[in-house]
Amino acid sequence: MDSAALIPAFRAGDRRALSRLLTYAERGDDAFPALYDELAPSRGHAMRLGITGPPGAGKSTFVSALVTARRNAGERVAVLAIDPTSPFTGGALLGDRIRMQEHVLDSGVFVRSMATRGSLGGLSRASLEASDLLDVFGFPHVVIETVGVGQVEHDIIEAADLVTVVLSPGAGDGVQALKAGLMEIADVFVINKADLPGADQVAVDLREMLALRSQRHGDEIPVVRCSSIDGEGLGEAIEAIDRRWHTLEHDGRLAARRHERSVVQVRRLVEQSLRERLFGSDEDLEQSLSSSDLARPYAACDMLLDRFDAQTSRSPASPTHKRNEPR
Amino acid sequence: MRTDPIRVLVAKPGLDGHDRGAKVVAAALRDRGMEVVYTGLHQTPAQIAEAALQEDVDVVGLSIHSGAHMTLFPEIKRLLDANGMGDVLLVGGGIIPEEDAAQLEAQGFGKLFGPGSRTDEIADYIEAELERRPAK
Ligand SMILES: Nc1nc2c(ncn2[C@@H]2O[C@H](COP(=O)(O)OP(=O)(O)OP(=O)(O)O)[C@@H](O)[C@H]2O)c(=O)[nH]1
Ligand SMILES: [Mg+2]
Repeated sequence: MDSAALIPAFRAGDRRALSRLLTYAERGDDAFPALYDELAPSRGHAMRLGITGPPGAGKSTFVSALVTARRNAGERVAVLAIDPTSPFTGGALLGDRIRMQEHVLDSGVFVRSMATRGSLGGLSRASLEASDLLDVFGFPHVVIETVGVGQVEHDIIEAADLVTVVLSPGAGDGVQALKAGLMEIADVFVINKADLPGADQVAVDLREMLALRSQRHGDEIPVVRCSSIDGEGLGEAIEAIDRRWHTLEHDGRLAARRHERSVVQVRRLVEQSLRERLFGSDEDLEQSLSSSDLARPYAACDMLLDRFDAQTSRSPASPTHKRNEPR
Repeated sequence: MRTDPIRVLVAKPGLDGHDRGAKVVAAALRDRGMEVVYTGLHQTPAQIAEAALQEDVDVVGLSIHSGAHMTLFPEIKRLLDANGMGDVLLVGGGIIPEEDAAQLEAQGFGKLFGPGSRTDEIADYIEAELERRPAK
């Protein structure tokens, strides 16, 4: 399928076209910016749920159970599952799908695994663009599972409307391991593996910590116990997520988050493009720096920026991203 | 030349219950810089072909020990073609008699690796094969 045919096929609901466009997003294909800008204006219909939490807490198992529940309610779901790229080899083992594979032949479900490819913070570089595509494709639910690396996966708020933090007894020392920042991004806490001993204690510890915070923010963050394996408490967990969603929708925070997300996205794109224009590649940078430049790093920085300014003032900025002609 | 990692789906069709071989291959390909999606045990051809579509992989690697390779391979190939994924490189490993391997390779499938194969050989083969193909 060539890139010109992708948009009509995508709009007609062709899953192959969706999958292809996700690849374009992920590898930063030259054709992607124009294709994406054609689709992006129609984003904003899906409920985007971010799922984060320590490794092995049961995020993927919970997502799979959530998918089952949404499907039983007749709603379609897309999942973006992110796993870490090895900084040494550039490879990745994308294992979240194993837990969701039971849905693979359900045409109302679409699961895509992505590796972080060097971006930090628990997301892949194109997570936002990828979830936009799933949204525009028409999935009313888009679920994004981040890498479970143990620390705070802050970046999830750059792609999701609301965030569920999944904890479990035993995983990463439970509540003690949580950094304060997690309290700020969590919309709902799910204590998974409630079939195992210790879940109650996690819930107690967490509520204690949240009580301190809630006094400051006047915002009740639900804590729900469930077992994604036997289904106990799952209904309550999903209800808590849906209730939180409605709160955010009605008090204007959803709109505010989405607006801020778009601004952050444009800033990120500007930063990426500037970096590319400034440096080209690491080799280009290395070649433009002599050893005397390297001896005075601030002076070297000014020299490079002066050179960049001189270049841009001579030639009117040429667009970095190819555009389709206006119709 | 491609700069983004090769994406591989590793699947274990059939009913036999162990996936050690598949996991070893998955880990070896990851160590060679590939992104490996692993789907787990007992996958039907339809499940494998659909997962390959959703993941938009370049390669599908099958671990086959059930003796059903002569039906599974062509069936998975047919379903991939039907999904518009005819350009996917299909490779296999497991207990596959040499005559069968030769016959399948002659039909245009990718290479089949017998039980003695080193994981290096598999990774080398995939890299070389994708290098020859036009960028998608
Ligand atoms: N007892 C019990 N085990 C669970 C539950 N949910 C998940 N598990 C098990 O916990 C293990 C990890 O589950 P995953 O869903 O892969 O966890 P994850 O958080 O997605 O893991 P990463 O993506 O690797 O960080 C698996 O063995 C699951 O079967 C649960 O509710 N109860
Ligand atoms: Mg997972």
